[in-house]
Amino acid sequence: MNNSILTPRPTREGKGGGSFKCDIILCGVGGQGILSIATIIGEAAMNENLYIKQAEVHGMSQRGGDVQSNLRISSNPIASDLISKGGADVIISMEPMEALRYLPYLNKEGWIITSSAPFINIPNYPDLEDIKAELAKLPHVIAIDIEQIAKDNQVPRSANVILLGAAQKAIGIEYDKIEAAIRRVFVRKGEAVVEANIKALALGKAAQK
Amino acid sequence: MEKKLLLGDEAVALGALHAGLSGVYAYPGTPSTEITEFIQLHPLAKERKVHSRWCTNEKTAMEAALGMSFMGKRALVCMKHVGMNVCADPFVNSAMTGVNGGVVVLVADDPSMHSSQDEQDSRFYGKFAMIPTFEPSSQQEAYDMMEAAFDYSEQQCLPVLMRVTTRMAHSRAVVQVKDEARPENEMNYNAVAANWVLLPANARKRNDKVTAQQAQLEEDAANSKFNIGPSPVPSLVGRGGKCPLGIIASGIAYNYVQEALNSQLSTLNFQLLKISQYPLPKKLVRDLLNNCEKVMVVEEGQPFIEEQVRGVFESQNIQGRLTGELPRTGELTPDCVAAALNEELGVKNEESGINSQLSTLNSQLVVARPPQLCQGCGHRDVYAALNEVLKEYENPRVFGDIGCYTLGFLPPYRAIHSCVDMGASITMAKGASDAGQWPAVAIIGDSTFTHSGMTGLLDAVNEKANITVIISDNLTTAMTGGQDSAGTNKFEAICLGLGVEPEHLHVVVPLPKNMPEITRIIREEINYKGVSVIIPQRECIQTFKRKAKAKKQNPL
Repeated sequence: MNNSILTPRPTREGKGGGSFKCDIILCGVGGQGILSIATIIGEAAMNENLYIKQAEVHGMSQRGGDVQSNLRISSNPIASDLISKGGADVIISMEPMEALRYLPYLNKEGWIITSSAPFINIPNYPDLEDIKAELAKLPHVIAIDIEQIAKDNQVPRSANVILLGAAQKAIGIEYDKIEAAIRRVFVRKGEAVVEANIKALALGKAAQK
Repeated sequence: MEKKLLLGDEAVALGALHAGLSGVYAYPGTPSTEITEFIQLHPLAKERKVHSRWCTNEKTAMEAALGMSFMGKRALVCMKHVGMNVCADPFVNSAMTGVNGGVVVLVADDPSMHSSQDEQDSRFYGKFAMIPTFEPSSQQEAYDMMEAAFDYSEQQCLPVLMRVTTRMAHSRAVVQVKDEARPENEMNYNAVAANWVLLPANARKRNDKVTAQQAQLEEDAANSKFNIGPSPVPSLVGRGGKCPLGIIASGIAYNYVQEALNSQLSTLNFQLLKISQYPLPKKLVRDLLNNCEKVMVVEEGQPFIEEQVRGVFESQNIQGRLTGELPRTGELTPDCVAAALNEELGVKNEESGINSQLSTLNSQLVVARPPQLCQGCGHRDVYAALNEVLKEYENPRVFGDIGCYTLGFLPPYRAIHSCVDMGASITMAKGASDAGQWPAVAIIGDSTFTHSGMTGLLDAVNEKANITVIISDNLTTAMTGGQDSAGTNKFEAICLGLGVEPEHLHVVVPLPKNMPEITRIIREEINYKGVSVIIPQRECIQTFKRKAKAKKQNPL
């Protein structure tokens, strides 16, 4: 009866055949829209018949405090709702200091995809140059000013989807599949919203390394 | 069967609807709120006219559910763990009355207190009320358990307590759901007055019956499909030896144990007992103890199982939160469970899959970012005015309450001196005033006031207590996401009805431009020797923005 617990831990072997696993920490400040990124990734993953677990934070911490969500996707059943320390493959952050908060969870070869613009709502926010230097020390970082790119390209409400576009390779789900998921998620809000988000996804993709 | 990506809370809600639910009764509370919200928006609930309106508090919710059960229909009660304290009276006595239609009481515990003032474990309530308790370990199990719980409630004529924790309530997973819902129960008149009228003579009979039922409940738990193991370990069969480690894992903790075991040791000897239905099936626990040299208990919350297994003999072979292998308080994590199991199984951390990748990364730059009142929130203006006036007094004390405005404790306001439980602001201000304190100010939100503040205000009025009560009314239950507030547009009438003097009852609009008026009124009412009530009234900025956005998208 307990055989299920003896299945080997899924490993990440990339796309096309074999098993797939990606553990993602989504983070930011309450109200920045990390959960809609999670919704799109979740939709794409479910469509691929992958297993998903996504732990969210609700309630008091949403009021301008730090927020995070653990999103786990795998071709094998997932046990824990939470990601272990050193277990995350990707950190997607709407804010640069918040990206650093979850470093202990990132594995050694993991990626950080973060907005470079600070959200300063506390008096003791660290020096931005120090944050940039800290990020620069890490091997796999994409830091882009998503708010600015969104404004410059007339998609001001889709900054979070730009970040998702920039994270696409790191997540390992094919671009077309994420695009299709965006269509399904936003279809109820009309074609203009769908197109804005697909444009934002492409802008993010262009910023990938 | 259809596949859906559901929050644990949503799986519970859909499970209840598919089990023929006729009413959900609840007061919002993190992490339980989404259950009722899901039912409110679900087409099947609308079609069947399932009751889903918010209740004034958890006690009224539990009692209304009992009424629905009395008439033969199925009812669900939802709350966060501290809400259980508020409805403890009807909850405990619902075991004495028993049920007619099935009743499931769902309590969402919040270990590590993400949004709460304590980390009480609701399984203790189930035990002392003699009510069977279910504790799902996955979203799928949460969905499946709802129907099982309603069936079991009707079979045993007892309510069922279902306990979830934050990580179950607020985590999403793919759930297979049924295509068709069970019909609702028909109304009936089967409830017997001799059971439901808890005069001592009746209650004694029921108490004997329910007490005698406990053996059956335990046997059912031993045979429950939700409790799994312990299974024999092949390598030990025929050797007569003992397994080095047995593991008892309950609820969400089962997942962390699986995660740790998945990453390693196909050859290691251990036995696993999963507990998801209580009373604790002692037979299964004894089997595990007999088979294993040592047993580790891994459970989310307080050491509920562990204390029962250890008893008073302080066995050296039982490990867990009480013996330090796992942290005594706070939420479990996959890391602390893996570390404890690796230690016991003699696995070096670097050999285990999880910790081999362990990051040594860290940043010294990161600082805390506490939650705060929203920009444009009326509570901000209330605290600005209150602080301005209280500067003029020597030792003012402000008794706070539960809601967004509890954040007034933090800088820049540092405005409140207490926050204990729903409604305590008014009664604590009164007690402080009884002790001789002046100024004694209470600050309470609109929804908290109708939840548990009104009775305290009556106490204060009856004794003409020298207190100033501020009901900071944002027309919603804001902290939990903007649910309807029971007293909206009724606060003046309620206060007058309770006997507050009309000349000491004021409604103001908390905006910076009104500061002179608001500070003047606060000052005058603090100086008045008696009960004053000031109601700063302005809609929550979050619900205001949401409505404006909805209106823009859909002008009709």
